[in-house]
Parts: sequence; structure tokens; C-alpha cells
Amino acid sequence: MFEQILFYWFTAVLLLAAIGVVVVRNPVYSALSLILAFFTMTALWLLMEAEFLAIALILVYVGAVMVLFLFIIMMLDLKIVEREGFIRYLPIGLGVAGMVALEMIMVLQRSNFDSERYLAAESPADFNNAEALGELLYTHYLYPFEIAAVVLLVAVIAAILLTLRKRVATDQPAKTQDIEQQVRVKREDRVRLVKMKSE
Amino acid sequence: MITLTHYLIVSALLFAISVAGIFLNRKNILILLMCIELLLLSVNLNFVAFSHFMNNLDGQVFVFFILTVAAAESAIGLAILVTIFRNRRSINVEDLHSLKG
Repeated sequence: MFEQILFYWFTAVLLLAAIGVVVVRNPVYSALSLILAFFTMTALWLLMEAEFLAIALILVYVGAVMVLFLFIIMMLDLKIVEREGFIRYLPIGLGVAGMVALEMIMVLQRSNFDSERYLAAESPADFNNAEALGELLYTHYLYPFEIAAVVLLVAVIAAILLTLRKRVATDQPAKTQDIEQQVRVKREDRVRLVKMKSE
Repeated sequence: MITLTHYLIVSALLFAISVAGIFLNRKNILILLMCIELLLLSVNLNFVAFSHFMNNLDGQVFVFFILTVAAAESAIGLAILVTIFRNRRSINVEDLHSLKG
């Protein structure tokens, strides 16, 4: 019973926050309600005993991605943009969304996902979700794990390369190291001996 | 008793809301990116629900990978957004028509 109350409460908050992301006019409020959606999704995942992923969602999404979004919103200094077309596309948007939801729910209600076939097993009290997941990740999924690391590396390099730019005023490249010049430098270029009386 | 179907329906509703968001906010790339994050989140809910109710941890490993790719996607997307804003002084989708044939 208590689990049901929690489920319905978090579902309501999640869907309202999602509607807020879509409807709200100010992008900052939109990002903040997306953060609320992530938090309530975390609560739903905790109800399903996916503790590691719940905490990873908070750390990665709320801690990194959404902060990045807010940072970009504030850096671009967007005025509240006029939303021409919001009303114009409202009927077709709601129609498509309603059809998607209706079809999926009709399929799900008639399918074989009934509670008799799919019952969650009671896990023992000392079951450690993070440990089990780590065991799977570092043995069976080792290659995908390393590929994921490469994907992140590519993302880092791409983001830096995209935002690196020449300075507009002087047309000089951004400040970088010139390795060749650094290696070739001689002592005479850097050190200057000055003779002076001791004071 | 909360069953698998409950979670799947929540996920379907979330998916539908974010599809509507893509339709309604088609002028603003920033909100489009946020709607894509919501889409990925609803798919992740599907994976976690199946993983829990089928007693199989592989679904959670997949969610882990989806989180990785989504983080990379939003980082690159926002970098492209910053570059577009620098060159055009606007992030309106309507202004991005230089590739039109």
C-alpha cells in the first residue's frame, strides 16, 4: 500500500515536471523543472531497487548535464524568446502525443506483461546492487565499457575543438602551446644576467 | 501491487509528453535538447523496469551505457549550440537554413 502511494505520488510529480519542461516560457524554469523530473525519476528507480543507477543519474545528470544546460542558458543571455508557432502547432502536437500515448497504452494493456509472468524476486537484505552491476560490467561487458570510455573521450575533444576559436580582434589563434618552439628554446633566450652593486 | 505495466505506462506517457514538446518548441534548440533528454529518460525507465521485473541485471548495464552516450550527446550538442550562437547571434531554428538546397 505504501509503495503504491509512493509510486503514484512520484509519477504525478514526474509527469507534471515533464509538462513544465515543455510548456514553460522561460528556459531557466524549463531547465529547473527538468531537474525536478530527474529527481523524481531517481525516486522511481529506487522503488525498483536500482540504487546505483539512481545515484549515478543524480550525479551525472543533475550534477553535470543540467548544470551545463543552465550554464549555457546564462552564458548565451537569451531573452525570453517569443514562441511563435506554439499555438499553431498545439493541435498537431497534442494529437501526435495523444496518439502515441494511446497506442502504447493499448498495446501494453493487452500484452503479456501481466503480473503473473513478471514478478520481481525478493532480493536478500544484504544484496548489493552496485556490486552486482560492477561484476557484470567488468566481466561480461568489459569491451562495451571501454568503448563507452572512448565515446566520452571523443565527446570531450569534440566539445573543446568546437568551442575553440580565433580571437576576433587580433585574428590570433587562441592561446596554445607551441611545443616545437618550447623545445628549441636556448638559455640565452630566457636568461639575462645583470651586473649590479649589492645594496 | 505495482506491476511492470504500471511502469511501462508511465514511460509511455513521458515519451508522449516529450514528443509533444519537440512539436511545440520547434523554434528553440535549447528546449529541443531538453526534450531529447526527457525521451532518453523515459526509455531508461523502460530498461530499468524490465530489468527489475525479469530479475536480470543486463538492462541496468544498458541504462549505464545510455547515460554515457546521452552525456556525450548533450555535451557536443551544447558545444554546437554555442558555436551557432556565436556565428548567428540567435538559436532560432528558422535562422538555420544555409544548407537548404
